[in-house]
Amino acid sequence: MAMLEIKDIEVYYGMIQAIKGISFEVNEGEVIALIGANGAGKTTILHTITGLLSPKKGSVIFEGKDITKVPAHKIVSLGMAHVPEGRRVFAELSVYENLKMGAYTRKDKEETAKTLEMVYGRFPRLQERKNQLAGTLSGGEQQMLAMGRALMSHPKIIVMDEPSMGLSPILVNEIFDIIQEVSAGGTTVLLVEQNAKKALSIADRAYVLETGKIVLEGDAEELMNDDSVKKAYLGE
Amino acid sequence: MSFISYLVNGISLGSVYAIIALGYTMVYGIAKMLNFAHGDVIMVGAYVVMTAIASGGLPPAAAVLLAVVFCTILGVVIESVAYRPLLNAASSLAVLITAIGVSYLLQNVALLVFGANTKSFSSVVPVPALVLAGGSLTISGETIVTIVSCIVIMAGLTLFIKKTKAGQAMLAVSEDKGAAQLMGINVNGTIALTFAIGSALAAVAGVLLCSAYPSLNPYTGAMPGIKAFVAAVFGGIGSIPGALIGGILLGVIEIFGKAYISSQMADAIVFGVLIIVLIVKPAGILGKNIQEKV
Repeated sequence: MAMLEIKDIEVYYGMIQAIKGISFEVNEGEVIALIGANGAGKTTILHTITGLLSPKKGSVIFEGKDITKVPAHKIVSLGMAHVPEGRRVFAELSVYENLKMGAYTRKDKEETAKTLEMVYGRFPRLQERKNQLAGTLSGGEQQMLAMGRALMSHPKIIVMDEPSMGLSPILVNEIFDIIQEVSAGGTTVLLVEQNAKKALSIADRAYVLETGKIVLEGDAEELMNDDSVKKAYLGE
Repeated sequence: MSFISYLVNGISLGSVYAIIALGYTMVYGIAKMLNFAHGDVIMVGAYVVMTAIASGGLPPAAAVLLAVVFCTILGVVIESVAYRPLLNAASSLAVLITAIGVSYLLQNVALLVFGANTKSFSSVVPVPALVLAGGSLTISGETIVTIVSCIVIMAGLTLFIKKTKAGQAMLAVSEDKGAAQLMGINVNGTIALTFAIGSALAAVAGVLLCSAYPSLNPYTGAMPGIKAFVAAVFGGIGSIPGALIGGILLGVIEIFGKAYISSQMADAIVFGVLIIVLIVKPAGILGKNIQEKV
Protein backbone atom coordinates (compact mmCIF):
# COMPACT_ATOMS: atom_id res chain seq x y z
CA MET A 1 0.00 0.00 0.00
CA ALA A 2 1.24 3.45 -0.87
CA MET A 3 2.18 5.77 1.97
CA LEU A 4 0.46 8.72 0.34
CA GLU A 5 -2.32 8.39 -2.22
CA ILE A 6 -3.86 11.25 -4.09
CA LYS A 7 -7.11 10.15 -5.66
CA ASP A 8 -8.78 12.12 -8.43
CA ILE A 9 -8.50 15.54 -6.84
CA GLU A 10 -10.04 18.62 -8.37
CA VAL A 11 -9.20 22.01 -6.89
CA TYR A 12 -10.75 25.37 -7.72
CA TYR A 13 -9.78 28.96 -7.00
CA GLY A 14 -13.20 30.53 -7.11
CA MET A 15 -14.52 29.68 -10.55
CA ILE A 16 -11.18 28.68 -11.97
CA GLN A 17 -10.24 25.05 -11.94
CA ALA A 18 -6.57 24.69 -11.08
CA ILE A 19 -6.38 20.91 -10.73
CA LYS A 20 -8.43 18.86 -13.15
CA GLY A 21 -8.52 15.41 -11.67
CA ILE A 22 -5.12 14.20 -10.58
CA SER A 23 -4.14 10.88 -9.03
CA PHE A 24 -0.73 9.69 -7.97
CA GLU A 25 0.96 7.88 -5.15
CA VAL A 26 4.10 8.01 -3.09
CA ASN A 27 5.54 4.84 -1.58
CA GLU A 28 7.51 4.72 1.62
CA GLY A 29 11.17 5.58 1.11
CA GLU A 30 10.74 7.01 -2.36
CA VAL A 31 11.77 10.39 -3.72
CA ILE A 32 8.98 11.55 -6.00
CA ALA A 33 9.25 14.63 -8.17
CA LEU A 34 6.37 16.66 -9.57
CA ILE A 35 7.68 18.73 -12.42
CA GLY A 36 6.03 21.19 -14.73
CA ALA A 37 5.99 24.80 -15.83
CA ASN A 38 4.88 27.75 -13.79
CA GLY A 39 1.13 27.61 -13.25
CA ALA A 40 0.84 23.88 -13.90
CA GLY A 41 -0.63 23.41 -10.41
CA LYS A 42 2.32 21.95 -8.52
CA THR A 43 2.04 24.18 -5.46
CA THR A 44 -1.74 23.81 -5.45
CA ILE A 45 -1.34 20.04 -5.15
CA LEU A 46 1.02 20.34 -2.18
CA HIS A 47 -1.31 22.81 -0.48
CA THR A 48 -4.18 20.39 -0.99
CA ILE A 49 -2.18 17.52 0.49
CA THR A 50 -1.25 19.45 3.65
CA GLY A 51 -4.69 20.96 4.12
CA LEU A 52 -4.03 24.60 3.24
CA LEU A 53 -6.53 24.13 0.42
CA SER A 54 -9.42 21.72 0.19
CA PRO A 55 -10.30 19.92 -2.99
CA LYS A 56 -13.77 20.10 -4.48
CA LYS A 57 -13.54 16.44 -5.39
CA GLY A 58 -11.27 13.54 -4.63
CA SER A 59 -9.34 12.51 -1.59
CA VAL A 60 -5.92 12.45 0.02
CA ILE A 61 -5.04 9.22 1.83
CA PHE A 62 -2.05 9.11 4.16
CA GLU A 63 -1.06 5.77 5.68
CA GLY A 64 -4.50 4.40 4.92
CA LYS A 65 -6.30 7.29 6.58
CA ASP A 66 -8.40 9.83 4.71
CA ILE A 67 -6.90 13.23 5.55
CA THR A 68 -8.79 15.27 2.95
CA LYS A 69 -10.79 17.11 5.59
CA VAL A 70 -8.09 17.28 8.25
CA PRO A 71 -7.21 20.96 8.91
CA ALA A 72 -3.69 22.10 8.05
CA HIS A 73 -2.56 22.47 11.65
CA LYS A 74 -3.30 18.81 12.40
CA ILE A 75 -1.27 17.43 9.49
CA VAL A 76 2.21 17.83 10.91
CA SER A 77 1.55 15.64 13.93
CA LEU A 78 0.48 12.84 11.59
CA GLY A 79 4.06 12.75 10.31
CA MET A 80 3.94 14.99 7.28
CA ALA A 81 6.02 18.16 7.09
CA HIS A 82 5.77 20.83 4.40
CA VAL A 83 8.62 23.09 3.29
CA PRO A 84 6.67 25.88 1.61
CA GLU A 85 7.54 27.74 -1.54
CA GLY A 86 9.58 30.86 -0.82
CA ARG A 87 10.85 29.32 2.49
CA ARG A 88 8.42 31.34 4.64
CA VAL A 89 10.67 31.26 7.69
CA PHE A 90 9.56 33.46 10.59
CA ALA A 91 11.75 36.49 9.90
CA GLU A 92 11.24 38.07 13.32
CA LEU A 93 12.20 34.92 15.21
CA SER A 94 15.73 33.64 15.68
CA VAL A 95 17.03 30.58 13.87
CA TYR A 96 16.69 28.58 17.08
CA GLU A 97 13.14 29.81 17.68
CA ASN A 98 12.22 28.90 14.11
CA LEU A 99 13.52 25.37 14.64
CA LYS A 100 11.56 25.12 17.89
CA MET A 101 8.45 26.15 15.94
CA GLY A 102 9.06 23.14 13.72
CA ALA A 103 8.72 20.92 16.79
CA TYR A 104 5.64 22.81 18.02
CA THR A 105 3.42 19.74 18.27
CA ARG A 106 6.04 17.45 19.80
CA LYS A 107 5.78 16.52 23.46
CA ASP A 108 8.88 14.31 23.73
CA LYS A 109 11.44 16.82 24.96
CA GLU A 110 14.47 14.56 24.98
CA GLU A 111 13.82 13.17 21.53
CA THR A 112 13.23 16.70 20.27
CA ALA A 113 16.61 17.77 21.64
CA LYS A 114 18.18 14.88 19.71
CA THR A 115 16.40 15.96 16.54
CA LEU A 116 17.76 19.48 17.06
CA GLU A 117 21.29 18.06 17.32
CA MET A 118 20.66 16.10 14.13
CA VAL A 119 19.43 19.21 12.31
CA TYR A 120 22.42 21.24 13.51
CA GLY A 121 24.65 18.37 12.38
CA ARG A 122 23.12 18.44 8.94
CA PHE A 123 23.14 22.24 8.71
CA PRO A 124 26.19 23.48 10.64
CA ARG A 125 25.53 26.99 9.40
CA LEU A 126 22.24 27.07 11.28
CA GLN A 127 24.04 26.23 14.50
CA GLU A 128 26.57 29.01 13.89
CA ARG A 129 23.69 31.44 13.43
CA LYS A 130 21.21 30.05 15.91
CA ASN A 131 20.67 33.37 17.68
CA GLN A 132 20.43 35.41 14.51
CA LEU A 133 17.02 36.59 13.29
CA ALA A 134 15.87 34.40 10.41
CA GLY A 135 15.09 37.48 8.32
CA THR A 136 18.77 38.37 8.22
CA LEU A 137 19.85 35.05 6.69
CA SER A 138 20.76 34.67 3.03
CA GLY A 139 18.37 32.90 0.66
CA GLY A 140 20.30 29.64 0.85
CA GLU A 141 20.46 29.74 4.62
CA GLN A 142 16.74 30.46 4.80
CA GLN A 143 16.10 27.43 2.61
CA MET A 144 18.21 25.34 4.97
CA LEU A 145 16.29 26.75 7.90
CA ALA A 146 12.96 25.96 6.24
CA MET A 147 14.15 22.39 5.68
CA GLY A 148 15.59 22.10 9.17
CA ARG A 149 12.36 23.46 10.62
CA ALA A 150 10.38 20.79 8.75
CA LEU A 151 12.75 18.06 9.92
CA MET A 152 12.24 19.17 13.54
CA SER A 153 8.82 17.51 13.50
CA HIS A 154 10.58 14.22 12.73
CA PRO A 155 8.35 13.58 9.71
CA LYS A 156 7.75 10.31 7.91
CA ILE A 157 7.29 12.26 4.70
CA ILE A 158 8.51 15.69 3.80
CA VAL A 159 6.95 17.67 0.96
CA MET A 160 9.11 20.38 -0.53
CA ASP A 161 7.99 23.18 -2.77
CA GLU A 162 10.62 24.63 -5.11
CA PRO A 163 13.59 24.32 -2.76
CA SER A 164 15.97 25.57 -5.47
CA MET A 165 14.03 28.74 -6.24
CA GLY A 166 16.21 31.84 -6.40
CA LEU A 167 19.42 30.08 -5.38
CA SER A 168 22.80 30.10 -7.08
CA PRO A 169 23.84 26.87 -8.88
CA ILE A 170 26.30 25.98 -6.11
CA LEU A 171 23.62 26.35 -3.46
CA VAL A 172 21.16 24.40 -5.58
CA ASN A 173 23.62 21.50 -5.63
CA GLU A 174 24.07 21.78 -1.88
CA ILE A 175 20.31 21.76 -1.27
CA PHE A 176 19.81 18.73 -3.50
CA ASP A 177 22.64 16.89 -1.73
CA ILE A 178 20.83 17.53 1.53
CA ILE A 179 17.53 16.27 0.08
CA GLN A 180 19.32 13.06 -0.86
CA GLU A 181 20.74 12.78 2.66
CA VAL A 182 17.27 13.29 4.14
CA SER A 183 15.97 10.55 1.88
CA ALA A 184 18.86 8.26 2.80
CA GLY A 185 17.97 8.90 6.45
CA GLY A 186 14.65 7.13 5.84
CA THR A 187 12.33 10.05 5.18
CA THR A 188 10.05 9.84 2.17
CA VAL A 189 10.30 12.91 -0.08
CA LEU A 190 7.72 14.53 -2.35
CA LEU A 191 9.43 17.24 -4.31
CA VAL A 192 7.97 19.95 -6.51
CA GLU A 193 10.47 21.61 -8.81
CA GLN A 194 10.77 23.81 -11.84
CA ASN A 195 14.38 22.72 -12.08
CA ALA A 196 13.38 19.47 -13.76
CA LYS A 197 16.90 18.34 -14.49
CA LYS A 198 17.96 18.49 -10.86
CA ALA A 199 14.71 17.00 -9.62
CA LEU A 200 14.85 14.06 -12.02
CA SER A 201 18.50 13.42 -11.15
CA ILE A 202 17.63 12.57 -7.52
CA ALA A 203 14.06 11.23 -7.90
CA ASP A 204 12.99 7.60 -8.12
CA ARG A 205 9.84 8.40 -10.04
CA ALA A 206 8.29 11.56 -11.40
CA TYR A 207 5.04 13.02 -12.65
CA VAL A 208 4.89 15.73 -15.28
CA LEU A 209 2.14 18.30 -14.85
CA GLU A 210 0.60 20.53 -17.45
CA THR A 211 -2.23 22.97 -16.66
CA GLY A 212 -3.71 20.92 -13.87
CA LYS A 213 -3.27 17.46 -15.34
CA ILE A 214 -0.65 14.75 -15.22
CA VAL A 215 0.56 14.29 -18.80
CA LEU A 216 3.42 11.89 -18.20
CA GLU A 217 4.67 9.66 -15.43
CA GLY A 218 7.33 7.07 -14.91
CA ASP A 219 10.81 6.31 -13.65
CA ALA A 220 12.88 9.43 -13.32
CA GLU A 221 15.60 7.99 -15.53
CA GLU A 222 13.15 7.09 -18.27
CA LEU A 223 11.63 10.55 -18.16
CA MET A 224 15.03 12.12 -18.40
CA ASN A 225 15.52 10.34 -21.69
CA ASP A 226 12.03 11.04 -22.96
CA ASP A 227 12.11 13.29 -25.99
CA SER A 228 9.12 15.43 -25.07
CA VAL A 229 10.44 15.96 -21.54
CA LYS A 230 13.88 16.81 -22.89
CA LYS A 231 12.39 19.36 -25.22
CA ALA A 232 9.94 20.97 -22.85
CA TYR A 233 11.71 20.84 -19.50
CA LEU A 234 15.36 20.01 -19.86
CA GLY A 235 16.16 22.56 -22.54
CA GLU A 236 17.79 20.07 -24.84
CA MET B 1 6.05 70.75 42.09
CA SER B 2 2.98 71.06 39.91
CA PHE B 3 5.07 70.04 36.90
CA ILE B 4 5.99 66.74 38.56
CA SER B 5 2.44 66.22 39.65
CA TYR B 6 1.19 66.75 36.07
CA LEU B 7 3.89 64.44 34.78
CA VAL B 8 2.90 61.68 37.21
CA ASN B 9 -0.77 62.12 36.33
CA GLY B 10 0.12 62.02 32.65
CA ILE B 11 2.08 58.80 33.09
CA SER B 12 -0.82 57.32 35.02
CA LEU B 13 -3.40 58.22 32.39
CA GLY B 14 -0.94 57.07 29.75
CA SER B 15 -0.60 53.74 31.56
CA VAL B 16 -4.33 53.19 31.15
CA TYR B 17 -4.09 54.08 27.46
CA ALA B 18 -1.14 51.70 27.13
CA ILE B 19 -3.05 48.81 28.71
CA ILE B 20 -5.98 49.41 26.35
CA ALA B 21 -3.64 49.92 23.39
CA LEU B 22 -2.17 46.47 24.00
CA GLY B 23 -5.54 44.97 23.11
CA TYR B 24 -5.70 46.92 19.85
CA THR B 25 -2.13 46.24 18.90
CA MET B 26 -2.12 42.51 19.68
CA VAL B 27 -5.35 41.88 17.82
CA TYR B 28 -4.10 43.92 14.89
CA GLY B 29 -0.77 42.13 14.90
CA ILE B 30 -2.35 38.69 14.87
CA ALA B 31 -5.71 38.97 13.16
CA LYS B 32 -4.81 42.06 11.04
CA MET B 33 -8.06 43.70 12.06
CA LEU B 34 -9.01 46.79 14.05
CA ASN B 35 -11.36 45.85 16.85
CA PHE B 36 -13.22 49.09 17.36
CA ALA B 37 -15.43 47.46 19.99
CA HIS B 38 -12.38 47.13 22.23
CA GLY B 39 -13.04 50.45 24.00
CA ASP B 40 -16.54 49.39 24.95
CA VAL B 41 -15.28 46.25 26.65
CA ILE B 42 -13.65 48.67 29.13
CA MET B 43 -17.06 50.10 29.93
CA VAL B 44 -18.55 46.61 30.34
CA GLY B 45 -15.74 45.70 32.75
CA ALA B 46 -16.39 48.79 34.85
CA TYR B 47 -20.14 48.09 35.00
CA VAL B 48 -19.49 44.51 36.08
CA VAL B 49 -17.31 45.74 38.95
CA MET B 50 -19.81 48.37 39.99
CA THR B 51 -22.75 45.96 39.91
CA ALA B 52 -20.87 43.17 41.66
CA ILE B 53 -19.94 45.49 44.54
CA ALA B 54 -23.20 47.42 44.83
CA SER B 55 -25.74 44.67 44.17
CA GLY B 56 -23.72 41.51 44.70
CA GLY B 57 -21.92 42.68 47.80
CA LEU B 58 -18.64 41.23 46.57
CA PRO B 59 -15.35 42.54 47.94
CA PRO B 60 -13.57 44.79 45.40
CA ALA B 61 -10.83 42.27 44.59
CA ALA B 62 -13.38 39.56 43.79
CA ALA B 63 -15.40 42.03 41.73
CA VAL B 64 -12.34 42.91 39.65
CA LEU B 65 -11.60 39.23 39.11
CA LEU B 66 -15.20 38.66 38.05
CA ALA B 67 -14.95 41.57 35.57
CA VAL B 68 -11.75 40.13 34.10
CA VAL B 69 -13.38 36.73 33.64
CA PHE B 70 -16.55 38.25 32.22
CA CYS B 71 -14.68 40.42 29.70
CA THR B 72 -12.40 37.55 28.69
CA ILE B 73 -15.43 35.46 27.80
CA LEU B 74 -17.09 38.46 26.13
CA GLY B 75 -14.00 39.02 23.98
CA VAL B 76 -13.85 35.39 22.87
CA VAL B 77 -17.57 35.37 22.11
CA ILE B 78 -17.34 38.59 20.07
CA GLU B 79 -14.45 37.14 18.10
CA SER B 80 -16.08 33.82 17.34
CA VAL B 81 -19.58 35.13 16.59
CA ALA B 82 -18.93 38.46 14.89
CA TYR B 83 -15.42 38.42 13.45
CA ARG B 84 -14.30 34.87 12.71
CA PRO B 85 -16.87 34.25 9.96
CA LEU B 86 -15.56 37.38 8.22
CA LEU B 87 -11.81 37.01 8.63
CA ASN B 88 -11.50 35.45 5.19
CA ALA B 89 -14.06 37.74 3.63
CA ALA B 90 -13.17 39.41 0.38
CA SER B 91 -13.02 42.86 1.96
CA SER B 92 -11.32 43.70 5.25
CA LEU B 93 -13.84 46.54 5.50
CA ALA B 94 -16.50 43.94 6.37
CA VAL B 95 -14.74 43.17 9.66
CA LEU B 96 -14.12 46.83 10.38
CA ILE B 97 -17.78 47.72 9.93
CA THR B 98 -18.82 44.72 12.03
CA ALA B 99 -16.50 45.94 14.78
CA ILE B 100 -18.18 49.34 14.74
CA GLY B 101 -21.52 47.52 14.91
CA VAL B 102 -20.40 45.49 17.91
CA SER B 103 -19.28 48.71 19.57
CA TYR B 104 -22.77 50.24 19.20
CA LEU B 105 -24.34 46.97 20.29
CA LEU B 106 -22.36 46.95 23.55
CA GLN B 107 -23.15 50.63 24.21
CA ASN B 108 -26.84 50.14 23.60
CA VAL B 109 -27.10 46.99 25.67
CA ALA B 110 -25.45 48.91 28.51
CA LEU B 111 -27.92 51.74 27.92
CA LEU B 112 -30.78 49.27 28.18
CA VAL B 113 -29.48 47.52 31.28
CA PHE B 114 -27.96 50.40 33.25
CA GLY B 115 -29.71 53.46 31.83
CA ALA B 116 -28.20 56.60 30.35
CA ASN B 117 -27.46 58.36 33.60
CA THR B 118 -23.86 58.72 34.62
CA LYS B 119 -23.25 56.73 37.79
CA SER B 120 -20.55 57.47 40.27
CA PHE B 121 -17.99 54.74 40.50
CA SER B 122 -16.36 54.25 43.85
CA SER B 123 -12.68 53.52 43.65
CA VAL B 124 -11.65 49.93 44.27
CA VAL B 125 -8.08 50.89 45.10
CA PRO B 126 -7.29 50.43 48.78
CA VAL B 127 -3.82 52.03 48.54
CA PRO B 128 -3.42 55.32 50.45
CA ALA B 129 -2.06 58.43 48.72
CA LEU B 130 1.64 59.08 48.87
CA VAL B 131 2.57 62.51 50.24
CA LEU B 132 6.00 63.69 49.21
CA ALA B 133 8.18 66.76 49.56
CA GLY B 134 6.62 67.91 52.81
CA GLY B 135 3.05 67.91 51.53
CA SER B 136 3.58 69.83 48.30
CA LEU B 137 3.31 66.70 46.11
CA THR B 138 0.54 64.16 46.57
CA ILE B 139 0.35 61.07 44.45
CA SER B 140 -2.98 59.28 44.75
CA GLY B 141 -3.26 55.59 45.44
CA GLU B 142 -5.04 55.14 42.11
CA THR B 143 -2.10 56.69 40.30
CA ILE B 144 0.38 54.40 42.01
CA VAL B 145 -1.69 51.27 41.38
CA THR B 146 -2.27 52.23 37.73
CA ILE B 147 1.41 52.76 36.99
CA VAL B 148 2.45 49.60 38.83
CA SER B 149 -0.25 47.58 37.05
CA CYS B 150 0.96 48.83 33.69
CA ILE B 151 4.56 47.83 34.47
CA VAL B 152 3.51 44.40 35.72
CA ILE B 153 1.27 43.79 32.69
CA MET B 154 3.96 44.85 30.22
CA ALA B 155 6.60 42.68 31.87
CA GLY B 156 4.22 39.74 32.16
CA LEU B 157 3.10 39.97 28.55
CA THR B 158 6.64 40.30 27.23
CA LEU B 159 7.69 37.22 29.20
CA PHE B 160 4.60 35.34 28.06
CA ILE B 161 5.34 36.01 24.41
CA LYS B 162 9.05 35.35 24.64
CA LYS B 163 8.98 32.31 26.90
CA THR B 164 5.80 30.33 26.37
CA LYS B 165 4.77 28.12 23.49
CA ALA B 166 1.47 29.96 23.12
CA GLY B 167 3.34 33.28 23.00
CA GLN B 168 5.70 32.04 20.32
CA ALA B 169 2.70 30.73 18.40
CA MET B 170 1.24 34.25 18.53
CA LEU B 171 4.41 35.66 16.98
CA ALA B 172 4.38 32.98 14.31
CA VAL B 173 0.72 33.61 13.45
CA SER B 174 1.28 37.37 13.30
CA GLU B 175 4.03 36.83 10.74
CA ASP B 176 2.63 34.13 8.52
CA LYS B 177 -0.65 32.34 9.18
CA GLY B 178 -0.07 29.68 6.52
CA ALA B 179 3.42 28.78 7.69
CA ALA B 180 2.17 28.78 11.30
CA GLN B 181 -0.47 26.20 10.37
CA LEU B 182 2.17 24.03 8.77
CA MET B 183 3.97 24.03 12.13
CA GLY B 184 0.82 22.63 13.73
CA ILE B 185 -0.39 25.89 15.25
CA ASN B 186 -4.16 26.29 15.48
CA VAL B 187 -4.58 29.77 14.03
CA ASN B 188 -8.20 30.23 15.14
CA GLY B 189 -7.28 29.19 18.66
CA THR B 190 -4.40 31.64 18.70
CA ILE B 191 -6.62 34.49 17.52
CA ALA B 192 -9.18 33.60 20.22
CA LEU B 193 -6.42 33.63 22.85
CA THR B 194 -5.36 37.07 21.67
CA PHE B 195 -8.90 38.38 22.05
CA ALA B 196 -9.11 36.79 25.49
CA ILE B 197 -5.93 38.49 26.68
CA GLY B 198 -6.85 41.84 25.13
CA SER B 199 -10.32 41.80 26.69
CA ALA B 200 -9.02 40.77 30.11
CA LEU B 201 -6.66 43.74 29.95
CA ALA B 202 -9.55 45.98 28.89
CA ALA B 203 -11.39 44.99 32.06
CA VAL B 204 -8.36 45.93 34.14
CA ALA B 205 -8.08 49.23 32.28
CA GLY B 206 -11.76 49.93 32.88
CA VAL B 207 -11.40 49.46 36.62
CA LEU B 208 -8.28 51.62 36.77
CA LEU B 209 -9.80 54.34 34.62
CA CYS B 210 -13.04 54.51 36.57
CA SER B 211 -11.19 54.46 39.89
CA ALA B 212 -9.15 57.49 38.83
CA TYR B 213 -12.03 59.30 37.07
CA PRO B 214 -14.98 58.02 39.10
CA SER B 215 -17.90 58.26 36.75
CA LEU B 216 -19.45 55.68 34.48
CA ASN B 217 -21.97 55.74 31.65
CA PRO B 218 -22.46 53.57 28.54
CA TYR B 219 -20.11 55.82 26.51
CA THR B 220 -17.29 55.85 29.06
CA GLY B 221 -15.21 53.42 27.05
CA ALA B 222 -15.57 55.08 23.66
CA MET B 223 -13.18 58.03 24.00
CA PRO B 224 -10.42 56.20 25.91
CA GLY B 225 -10.82 53.44 23.33
CA ILE B 226 -10.23 55.85 20.45
CA LYS B 227 -7.31 57.45 22.27
CA ALA B 228 -5.74 54.08 23.01
CA PHE B 229 -6.12 53.24 19.34
CA VAL B 230 -4.30 56.49 18.59
CA ALA B 231 -1.64 55.46 21.12
CA ALA B 232 -1.21 52.11 19.38
CA VAL B 233 -0.81 53.77 15.99
CA PHE B 234 1.44 56.41 17.54
CA GLY B 235 3.80 53.79 18.96
CA GLY B 236 3.60 51.59 15.87
CA ILE B 237 0.61 49.29 15.57
CA GLY B 238 1.46 45.64 16.10
CA SER B 239 4.31 46.50 18.47
CA ILE B 240 3.92 45.84 22.20
CA PRO B 241 6.63 48.25 23.40
CA GLY B 242 5.13 50.68 20.90
CA ALA B 243 1.79 50.49 22.73
CA LEU B 244 3.57 51.35 25.99
CA ILE B 245 5.49 54.29 24.55
CA GLY B 246 2.52 55.54 22.55
CA GLY B 247 0.19 55.27 25.55
CA ILE B 248 2.49 57.06 27.98
CA LEU B 249 3.33 59.83 25.51
CA LEU B 250 -0.33 60.35 24.73
CA GLY B 251 -1.25 60.55 28.42
CA VAL B 252 1.54 63.00 29.20
CA ILE B 253 0.75 65.20 26.19
CA GLU B 254 -2.93 65.23 27.13
CA ILE B 255 -2.34 66.21 30.75
CA PHE B 256 0.29 68.83 29.87
CA GLY B 257 -1.99 70.19 27.18
CA LYS B 258 -4.82 70.48 29.69
CA ALA B 259 -2.62 72.05 32.34
CA TYR B 260 -0.55 74.50 30.34
CA ILE B 261 -2.43 75.26 27.16
CA SER B 262 -6.15 74.73 27.35
CA SER B 263 -8.32 72.09 28.89
CA GLN B 264 -10.78 72.38 26.02
CA MET B 265 -8.05 72.05 23.45
CA ALA B 266 -6.35 69.03 25.05
CA ASP B 267 -7.87 66.46 22.72
CA ALA B 268 -7.16 68.61 19.67
CA ILE B 269 -3.53 68.81 20.78
CA VAL B 270 -3.35 65.04 21.26
CA PHE B 271 -4.68 64.33 17.79
CA GLY B 272 -2.58 67.14 16.31
CA VAL B 273 0.57 65.49 17.65
CA LEU B 274 -0.58 62.20 16.17
CA ILE B 275 -0.94 63.80 12.74
CA ILE B 276 2.56 65.26 12.95
CA VAL B 277 4.09 61.95 14.07
CA LEU B 278 2.40 60.08 11.26
CA ILE B 279 3.57 62.60 8.66
CA VAL B 280 7.15 62.23 9.85
CA LYS B 281 7.05 58.53 10.60
CA PRO B 282 4.06 56.86 8.95
CA ALA B 283 4.60 53.50 10.67
CA GLY B 284 4.64 55.06 14.14
CA ILE B 285 7.52 55.43 16.57
CA LEU B 286 8.49 51.75 16.79
CA GLY B 287 6.58 50.60 13.75
CA LYS B 288 8.18 48.51 11.10
CA ASN B 289 8.13 49.41 7.48
CA ILE B 290 5.63 47.01 6.09
CA GLN B 291 7.09 45.00 3.30
CA GLU B 292 4.77 43.51 0.79
CA LYS B 293 5.32 39.80 0.55
CA VAL B 294 5.72 38.44 -2.94
